[in-house]
Amino acid sequence: MGLAAKAPDATLPCMRALPPKFADWFAQNGWSLHPHQQDMLDRADAPALLLIAPTGGGKTLAGFLPTLVDLAVEPHEGMHTLYISPLKALAADIKRNLTRPVTEMGLPIRIEDRTGDTSQSRRRRQRADPPHILLTTPESLALLTSYDDAARTFRGLKRVVIDEIHALAESKRGDQLMLALTRLQALCPDLKRVGLSATVEDPAAIAHLMARHPDPCEVLLADPGPAPDIQMLRTEEAPPWAGGGAAYAIPAVLEQVRQHKTTLIFHNTRAQAEIFFHNLWLANEDALPIAIHHGSLDRAQRENVEAAMVRGDLRAIVCTGTLDLGIDWGDVDLIIQIGAPKNVKRLVQRIGRANHRYNAPSKALLVPANRFEVVECFAALEAVLEGALDGDPRGPGPRDVLCQHILITACAGPFDADDLFAQIRSAGAYAALSRAAFDACLDFCATGGYALRAYDRWQRLLQRPDGMWQLRDPRSAQRIRMNIGTIQDTDKLKVRMKRNRGGKPLGEIEEGFAATLTKGDTFLIGGQIVRYEGLRETTVEVSRNAAKKPKVATFGGTKFATSTQLSARVQQMFTQDSWPELPPHTAEWLALQREVSQLPQPGELLIESFPHDDAEQTVFYGFAGRNGQQTLGLLLTKRMEDMGLRPLGFVATDYATLIWGLDAVDDPAPLLDPTALHDGLDSWLAGNAVMKRTFRAAATIAGLIERNTPQARKSGRQATFSSDILYDTLLRYEPDHLMMDITREEALRGLVDFGRIEEMLTRIAGRIVHRRLPRVSPLAAPLFLEMGRVPVEGAAQERMLAEEAARLMEASGLAQLTPPPSNIPRRRDGG
Amino acid sequence: MDFNLAGAALTALGSGALWWREHGLLCVSDLHLGKSERIARRGGAALPPYETRDTLNRLAADLAATEPRHVVCLGDSFDDLGAAQALPDEERLWILRLQAGRRWDWIEGNHDPGPVGLGGAHLGELRLGPLTFRHIAEPRQRGEVSGHYHPKASVSARGRSLSRPAFLFDSDRLILPAYGTYTGGLRSRSETLCNLMRADACAILTGPQPVAIPMPRKAG
Repeated sequence: MGLAAKAPDATLPCMRALPPKFADWFAQNGWSLHPHQQDMLDRADAPALLLIAPTGGGKTLAGFLPTLVDLAVEPHEGMHTLYISPLKALAADIKRNLTRPVTEMGLPIRIEDRTGDTSQSRRRRQRADPPHILLTTPESLALLTSYDDAARTFRGLKRVVIDEIHALAESKRGDQLMLALTRLQALCPDLKRVGLSATVEDPAAIAHLMARHPDPCEVLLADPGPAPDIQMLRTEEAPPWAGGGAAYAIPAVLEQVRQHKTTLIFHNTRAQAEIFFHNLWLANEDALPIAIHHGSLDRAQRENVEAAMVRGDLRAIVCTGTLDLGIDWGDVDLIIQIGAPKNVKRLVQRIGRANHRYNAPSKALLVPANRFEVVECFAALEAVLEGALDGDPRGPGPRDVLCQHILITACAGPFDADDLFAQIRSAGAYAALSRAAFDACLDFCATGGYALRAYDRWQRLLQRPDGMWQLRDPRSAQRIRMNIGTIQDTDKLKVRMKRNRGGKPLGEIEEGFAATLTKGDTFLIGGQIVRYEGLRETTVEVSRNAAKKPKVATFGGTKFATSTQLSARVQQMFTQDSWPELPPHTAEWLALQREVSQLPQPGELLIESFPHDDAEQTVFYGFAGRNGQQTLGLLLTKRMEDMGLRPLGFVATDYATLIWGLDAVDDPAPLLDPTALHDGLDSWLAGNAVMKRTFRAAATIAGLIERNTPQARKSGRQATFSSDILYDTLLRYEPDHLMMDITREEALRGLVDFGRIEEMLTRIAGRIVHRRLPRVSPLAAPLFLEMGRVPVEGAAQERMLAEEAARLMEASGLAQLTPPPSNIPRRRDGG
Repeated sequence: MDFNLAGAALTALGSGALWWREHGLLCVSDLHLGKSERIARRGGAALPPYETRDTLNRLAADLAATEPRHVVCLGDSFDDLGAAQALPDEERLWILRLQAGRRWDWIEGNHDPGPVGLGGAHLGELRLGPLTFRHIAEPRQRGEVSGHYHPKASVSARGRSLSRPAFLFDSDRLILPAYGTYTGGLRSRSETLCNLMRADACAILTGPQPVAIPMPRKAG
């Protein structure tokens, strides 16, 4: 139906007519309302509405139309509508887009945005004299609700519009937002909620998250437009057996860029985007204008790319998830996804970035990076055409966010615990929160929640004689406000060109990656090769380097795990007799696997073992996703160590874990005993780096660790200490503390992904097929080329340290200074 | 790990304590006892209140292993004087038990510039044989043992970087790592430490097996 929607018919009883001013404006522009825009207008009084519409469907206008009409018809004092988006840039973009109709129709509406970039004086003024429409982010909203004048700021607020809610709903930012809305709803009981979402697999789940529980939330589905035109990219060369670079496809990708106006080339990780961009430029003989955009690049540089894109100066952008959302890019006519999409929903959303004209199909090409990904890309392609999206339910609202919300509430003034509990339970994600769990969080915020009641004199929150809770020390409000938010920046260091007075900023790299660099190492950032010169305070200084190939290939980035649904589709494909739809190179590979061994079948676990490389190799085809297979590798090697099977190391992919060791695994079934795996998990988890990382994130959100403190700038680095020390201390003295409980819950859901292992164990229900082979199977072969092999170690680390120290001492001529170590017993483990 | 400073034969223990066998002297620096109490008192987060216990546990183990006649706490033993006063009775008694039968000197630090109200002597600095014990290093000294900076050093080997609290020493001076559980570290590469230590300085990394390396310095 698209653009040619019928004009609103004023004779229908339930239809709300556009005021003449609006009707004229639409007519002047030659536009008419989309049906879903009319639907939104008609349902303006619903307590909550969720609109699912494709990009370019006039979603934003649909969300704002009731507000504009309202404000045009009767004057309003103070804030009328609050708009929340996950991106600062999107808020600014929407402001531009809204200003146009408002100016052209001469509506008496003041629109302002408020983000981390807004000046202090302007922010103060916004609190005292709010605009009719305020555009902001979840973090800025949380901060606004922490002031004691929040009731005045939000007086008269009628509507809240949450844009790109599908993205927020997947993260703690969404949980924080929904908790802030419970507070707004208490201040403005008639507040109406509107959510705007891209296509999702389970609209009802998002509706449940966004509505005031138990209010109903109607879901409106806009015409999804024509089905996307999505295919595999045909290449001359077959994809390699392993790896994620897709360098083989560069000529074919360049050819596509040449044939289209503007192409977005999506990658799953920043590192892959950097390497691909580098290779693309080496092959870009026509010097087509191609840029790179990802989250580690300097902001100014990203903004330059965005501006060039809007001007239509670029033919292609190599990018990551940072371009998944929001801003209208205009003339994108092709999406290329490099590497298997891992997740069908994200693929569909990415495809939606192409062709913002509502009635034209989006065009997309998939480029598998290796042979296995060919299968996965086909599975994803099928899923897209069937409209079968994937997604995992998120589970109950996280408690670290809840703790932060309690602290924010306390900043705004004294509160009653019963009222706060009732408010929190009106957020969908927290609807099932028990009073005991809430009380534990409140106790944590007030006293730290330790068995050793050490802080009775210095509680953060005090209960007054009248039963209300308040901050003991008003100074803590400032500290709490400085730490609002749930986005976790891992420790990153700025990268700059070395020069006398601060060279050009290039972007950021993770501290852990920086620590591995030595002077002279070269690496890629922003598409150029730079040479590491040294560390100055917290800035990495680099110089330009003419090398053809960077010495250090990559820096960290998230690795997505293939979704459960997509993994199941791949397994289903393995049951076919033949694969006419697959390219011959891949079909023959699968057929050979079937001849030599067998293909993993749904409902059973295939294990292959064979000798190779002077070691005994065992492959577990668990299909549990990268994080799950990684955890499986850690647990199984630990079990093997205990059983004396002397494992040496392992490597994990989305589908399989390969373990090598000195002894053959003749009977793998006992290794997979669910009870033993569980026990192993508990003891292994405790000392694990994943747990420490998860602890740091959760403890920072919950307010135990303050990233920003008023004193931090004054004192040096020695004043702060690592969160690992807090984790170790709690593990030793109070392992059952609330923070440890939250950490375990988060880790199992996230990086450890034990849920996928349990799901796999349930799926196979003890059906284990063990194949003993004389040599490597075709399906296992690519595993030997995978990066990220994990050595099994214990004392190995100490030995490695001692060796390196001896080498350094020898090299420096200092060795004669130090006699052999004395034999006095020592304490302090780890260090 | 044994080494020499101004003629004194010293041992760096993996725990971060210094052992001077000739004088039966054990020296620890920057215990920062009561740190969590001080942070909470000032309106900060309520950190796990177990660091005093943990620090004393490790100190008790070092005392049991070396049986020193003389203990020197090299300053910043308490996170502030208020933290010393607020020490729970149980931990106060524990310190008294550790002090029994030996000489115990509290050197004053910038965090605890006054008597801490516990047994033992309270000193600005201590001279003993060729060595001088004080909290903050001073220029142009010989045989000086100090703390304050919480030095740490890192080694990278096979693509992995290990960073640990470290002793720094050269022909003139020794700087001890912080012994307290809730303490962070200052990289040896920092300008302050590079200016303080001679070019041929060594770092001894703490840990189960202390190891010596040339002191890592500013790159470039």
